[in-house]
Amino acid sequence: MSDFIAKFMEMFSYGFMAKAIIVGLLVSLCASLLGVSLVLKRYSMIGDGLSHVGFGAMAVATALNAAPMTVSLPVVILAAFLLLRISENSKIKGDAAIALISTASLAIGVISISLTTGMNTDVYNYMFGSILSMSDSDVVLSVILSIVVLILFIFFYNKIFAVTFDETFARATGTHTTIYNMMIAFLTAITIVLGMRMMGALLISSLIIFPALTSMRLCKTFKSVTISSAIISLLCFSVGITASYLYATPTGASVVVANILVFIFFWLIQFIKEKKAV
Amino acid sequence: MPLITCRDVSFAYEGNTVVEELNFSVDSGDYLCVVGENGSGKSTLIKGLLGLKSPSKGKISMDENLKSNEIGYLPQQTAAQKDFPASAYEIVISGRLSTRGIRPFYTKEDKQIVEKNIALLGIDNLRNRCYRELSGGQQQRVLLARALCATKKLLLLDEPTAGLDPMVTVELYNQIEHINKETGLTIIMVSHDIESSLKYSSHILQLKKQQLFFGTTDDYKQSDEVNRFWEVSR
Repeated sequence: MSDFIAKFMEMFSYGFMAKAIIVGLLVSLCASLLGVSLVLKRYSMIGDGLSHVGFGAMAVATALNAAPMTVSLPVVILAAFLLLRISENSKIKGDAAIALISTASLAIGVISISLTTGMNTDVYNYMFGSILSMSDSDVVLSVILSIVVLILFIFFYNKIFAVTFDETFARATGTHTTIYNMMIAFLTAITIVLGMRMMGALLISSLIIFPALTSMRLCKTFKSVTISSAIISLLCFSVGITASYLYATPTGASVVVANILVFIFFWLIQFIKEKKAV
Repeated sequence: MPLITCRDVSFAYEGNTVVEELNFSVDSGDYLCVVGENGSGKSTLIKGLLGLKSPSKGKISMDENLKSNEIGYLPQQTAAQKDFPASAYEIVISGRLSTRGIRPFYTKEDKQIVEKNIALLGIDNLRNRCYRELSGGQQQRVLLARALCATKKLLLLDEPTAGLDPMVTVELYNQIEHINKETGLTIIMVSHDIESSLKYSSHILQLKKQQLFFGTTDDYKQSDEVNRFWEVSR
């Protein structure tokens, strides 16, 4: 354990690693908190769809020589509202619409990359993430936005619970559910854009889904699920990035593997507990 | 002045009229059962009374002292709730949210009201239990406590006994009657169960695309409609 902490501290002496760790921890925290609500609302796929939109937007931004994050942020937020509207509208099936938007964005992104810089390591980095991609201004933007997400989440925690558990009741008793749904989508969009460059477009949604699902194996109240998700997410990110530093594995993928291991561990405990109860 | 008055009210989905020409009023302290077959417009009417759906024709007028965030509602359960990780207490207190407005956290007063309703429904032993591990009847009592936290005046119940076994159903009906008698809360309940509706309610509204009957339960028992409805439900 002390070895792990020593290595973790050692990583901070590298500027790029320190940046990656700070942004990574904040994004992990935001993603895990929002994830609880998204998973329970059956909106998990929206996170996945948004990350693909983010990939497309980033590729186009690079092609146009614009700052990737400032371009993709508004695009992904717009896509989040669009996806939310679609999934609330029962006439169009939500999952099909998400698949449509995901693949469309991927295709546009890949074409704009191949027309300009050609299919190179850029594509690889967008897909699977790179810790070297953070500029100083990215870090500042990430820290500020993460703190905004956290404050809004804590401030509206009770409303988010009510809207997640029973939207009809909340609406019937006078809560403006549309606003809170939009806020959840808005915060999710921000979180995804922030985390995407490090985790990769294909892997970022795991930060949202895994901690919540893992916690739900064992925790029985909304509050404990939320807190446990946050802890699991922070822990898995720390372990993942340390492993990637030690063994030169891709960061995003290492974090996901750490999440998978914890999920299996929790699932086993649940399994044993239920066996015992019978 | 009645609590709710419906005058020539119709509801439609995309131009197709579901139910039309509703004329009835509910006074404070009434126990109204809305009965009718599937698709007769009962749930649509409830949505209308809650303000989730506006009438295509006519007017629903509420007493000016009844604000829209003062209506308690017991909805039919959704599939997503069945495996929701939340304690009974968390769910009950979420009923207080509508009175909070923009303020984010619960106050002492909220917690006192929650305690009162937990005691009223006898679910003190369930407060820290996980909602998904409760039985159907226990879940309904938790949701009823939440609905009571949201209101002092009017409670709308959408088939509260659906899927419950007969013993638990009777218990729940007794509890609802107790609430109606003790606190003077007005109750509007959608029900399939004509027998219990006749037993507990003070007024009956029967729907079948339009209003077949509205009046006191005693009058309903004397009317022809009741016999016809008995025939159908058998």
